[in-house]
Amino acid sequence: MMLFKLSLKNITKSIKDYAIYFFTLILGVAIFYVFNALDSQTVMMNVSKSTYDIIKLMNNMLAGVSVFVSFILGFLIIYASRFLIKRRNKEFGIYLTLGMSRRKISIILFIETLVIGIFSLIVGLGIGFILSQFMSILVANMFEADITNFKFIFSTSACIKCLIYFGIMYLLVMIFNTISVSKCKLIDLLYSNKKSEKIKLKNPLLCTIIFIIFATILGIAYYLVTGGVDKLQSASQILLPMVMGVVSTFFIFWSLSGLLLRIFTSMKKTYYKGLNSFTLRQFSSKINTTVFSMTIICLMLFVTICVLSSSLSIKNSMTKNLEELAPVDIQLTKIIAPDIENKEIVIDYDLSIKETLEKNHFDTKNNLKDLIEFNIYEEDNLTLGNTLGESFSKIYAKYKNLQYDSVETVMKISDYNKIAKLYGNKQYQLKENEYLIIADFNSMIEVRDEVLKEGQKLIIGGKNYYPKYKECQNGFIEISSNHINDGIILVPDHAIEKLKVGYKGLIANYKEKSKEKRVKIESELHEIIEKIWDNTSLTTLNTKLDIAESSIGLGALVTFIGLYLGIIFLISSAAILALKELSESSDNKERFRMLRKIGTDEKMINQALFRQIAIFFMFPLVIAIIHSIFGIMFCNFILETFGNDQLLPSIIMTAIFIIIIYGGYFLITYICSKNIIRER
Amino acid sequence: MENILKISQIEKYYGNRSSLTKAIDNISFEVEKGEFVAIMGASGSGKTTLLNVISTIDKVTSGHIYVAGEDITKLKGNNLNKFRREELGFIFQDFNLLDTLTAYENIALALSIQNKDAKEIDKKIKKVAEDLDIKNILKKYPYQMSGGQKQRVASARAIITDPKLVLADEPTGALDSKSSKMLLERFNYLNKELKTTILMVTHDAFTASYASRVIFIKDGKIFNEINRGNGSRKEFFDSIINVVTLLGGDLNDAL
Repeated sequence: MMLFKLSLKNITKSIKDYAIYFFTLILGVAIFYVFNALDSQTVMMNVSKSTYDIIKLMNNMLAGVSVFVSFILGFLIIYASRFLIKRRNKEFGIYLTLGMSRRKISIILFIETLVIGIFSLIVGLGIGFILSQFMSILVANMFEADITNFKFIFSTSACIKCLIYFGIMYLLVMIFNTISVSKCKLIDLLYSNKKSEKIKLKNPLLCTIIFIIFATILGIAYYLVTGGVDKLQSASQILLPMVMGVVSTFFIFWSLSGLLLRIFTSMKKTYYKGLNSFTLRQFSSKINTTVFSMTIICLMLFVTICVLSSSLSIKNSMTKNLEELAPVDIQLTKIIAPDIENKEIVIDYDLSIKETLEKNHFDTKNNLKDLIEFNIYEEDNLTLGNTLGESFSKIYAKYKNLQYDSVETVMKISDYNKIAKLYGNKQYQLKENEYLIIADFNSMIEVRDEVLKEGQKLIIGGKNYYPKYKECQNGFIEISSNHINDGIILVPDHAIEKLKVGYKGLIANYKEKSKEKRVKIESELHEIIEKIWDNTSLTTLNTKLDIAESSIGLGALVTFIGLYLGIIFLISSAAILALKELSESSDNKERFRMLRKIGTDEKMINQALFRQIAIFFMFPLVIAIIHSIFGIMFCNFILETFGNDQLLPSIIMTAIFIIIIYGGYFLITYICSKNIIRER
Repeated sequence: MENILKISQIEKYYGNRSSLTKAIDNISFEVEKGEFVAIMGASGSGKTTLLNVISTIDKVTSGHIYVAGEDITKLKGNNLNKFRREELGFIFQDFNLLDTLTAYENIALALSIQNKDAKEIDKKIKKVAEDLDIKNILKKYPYQMSGGQKQRVASARAIITDPKLVLADEPTGALDSKSSKMLLERFNYLNKELKTTILMVTHDAFTASYASRVIFIKDGKIFNEINRGNGSRKEFFDSIINVVTLLGGDLNDAL
């Protein structure tokens, strides 16, 4: 009982030191709950089957990510508790000199961890519960689900999951505490804060050389993932710039503290102004001792920024793409494959898609409007490789992975213009011997533009054609969620006379306005297509509703996982920084007391403290931001098909997240440090 | 001669009505410009409290302290800090040097917090380093110096601002006898050649014998006061020992 009282008193007494610890635990529990509670929230929603499948996939993935997150949080909590134990070395030393056994000290720590654990779980779950209600609105919004029957949901399963995961973490903390108490020596405990710091000065010349070497390596790594990204052949090759980036980040931190100090000490005017020399030395000594954690923090921030901004931008682009890239309700395609033996299918080749549908008892007249039918033509020797002409070897050297033997698709300009009119895209006119290429997939546009620039002639049906434009024109035929049109050649109508039909196409809108009836017609269509596929016809169906559901689902999936990981990484890195700063506050207290004794103004002291912490927080962030500029450029490249025009809003969103969480930790650290150094 | 420090009937109480401790019980004395005064007393005699109230680290319960005519018991907030950094110099028993800064930077700090120009700071440090014989350790960090060197750096920091009064709290307390002697000789030099006014608190008779006047404190009151006059340091040391013997047990134990 006595020990219990002592523990409680310790906690209330050192609540200020524990503020960051509490804050982190509560945030951790709350976020863990919110993302795990998504499960039971989404179950309540009234959504279609395909959306439901995606939600299920999302929840499974979130559960998987949670395991990973729990590892990160576990490490963070153990790390944090060890810091706090170190701060209290003297207290334990006194207990030991008073004759208290190590076992009893362990029990005190055990009770403390228990009390803190229970408290943080209760508060964290409470906050998580409130946050998760906002989350369900967000989720419902994303999946365009009906939220009229919204109700407050408390997810018991998420709560139990929290209890189990965090229970294990606290148990580990207790074990670690016991080990560290049983291993420590009394003399170290009592005099641990008396040790004067040794300043390890690095050779400035060595620092400069190492800095230059690794800044160059970092520059090369940056180049590899941006300018030279086309040369990356396989996924494993991305490892090289990654390793280069990580290693050079470490050495840049290692050398930068020495280098900065060198630069600033030579700037005598600034250096010997107010407490600048003091602040700078404080910072450099801290960087010196924390190169490794600084690197980790910087990399975590880097991942956070990239993950958050890319995932948000994917989501934004998808929503926007959908309006632009799926302007009609349905699109049917009939493949005309040459070597088919099925008689019925061969007969079906001569029918238009509309006729095929009507043959299968679908009422096109009453159900569909804006109906356009068109043909896509092919010629066996008109492959991508052949269209490149003389530029082939040059382009092959640059882009080795293209499929050069794939057959190009050709369309009549009049057919295209009909579709373009319906889609609201630009229409074109061609002279007798002209062609043009429409495309919207950027990597392919790049390749084709190089050829068009040369005025490459094409031989179609035995005649020569010359490009009307020096670059690809923006456009597409197939409705989809992304920019995937890698090029369709448009020619004057007479040019296709000798070509064979590769595909037949049909696009149309539903006549019905109400969603319910549209869904009904669509399922009817799906049924027909499913029935005839490979039996009597090779017709496929692509609908706006399907595209919308899968793209919304994918967008939501990416967003939630991005948010989850991003926030956890952000919390972890900010918490480590805050703990590092606070753990040194007892040393700092002595130093600031000295400054006060020689008559430094309180304002100057607060300013010095503020700057010191601000620089400490900004340093890894700035380097992470520099990394991220290139990282995001790279993400953009690989996520190009998703579209990247929505980057700015997502970067702004990411910045808001960082300002709130990272800035919040910074402020708490500043306030706590100020309290610690204040004289009573 | 001009009075640098005038202490008039100061008292300092600790605790509350039921258990009142008079750390300083009606003390008055004056220090003239260019004097080197030592205050002696046993642990708990109130000498550190006295130094703390003069240095404005602590406040008096009643009475007045004038430094160069200004009543410092009336100062508040930033004026206190300003007074401390511009009029006083401090030397502490445990040196109080910042371990992250070099000797040079430690000394410079006293001037840079007064927003002095970097060139002026450099000039002054060169001069004071010569006076205190620390020229060759200016680039070193505290952990690379001996105790005596550290205390001389601290002394340089204390006098570089040309303070009206240098307050030294047990400056030799953490030094071996050889370093103590060297430091005290430097104090003498500062006092004689640079006319620095020094007020030093100590319980060590040897340290006190370097002063020109010694004030003895017991239980918060002035017990005795002796002047060195024109006698040698050895004679002064003997007379200090005599008073210490009179003072009784406590201080003897400390010796």
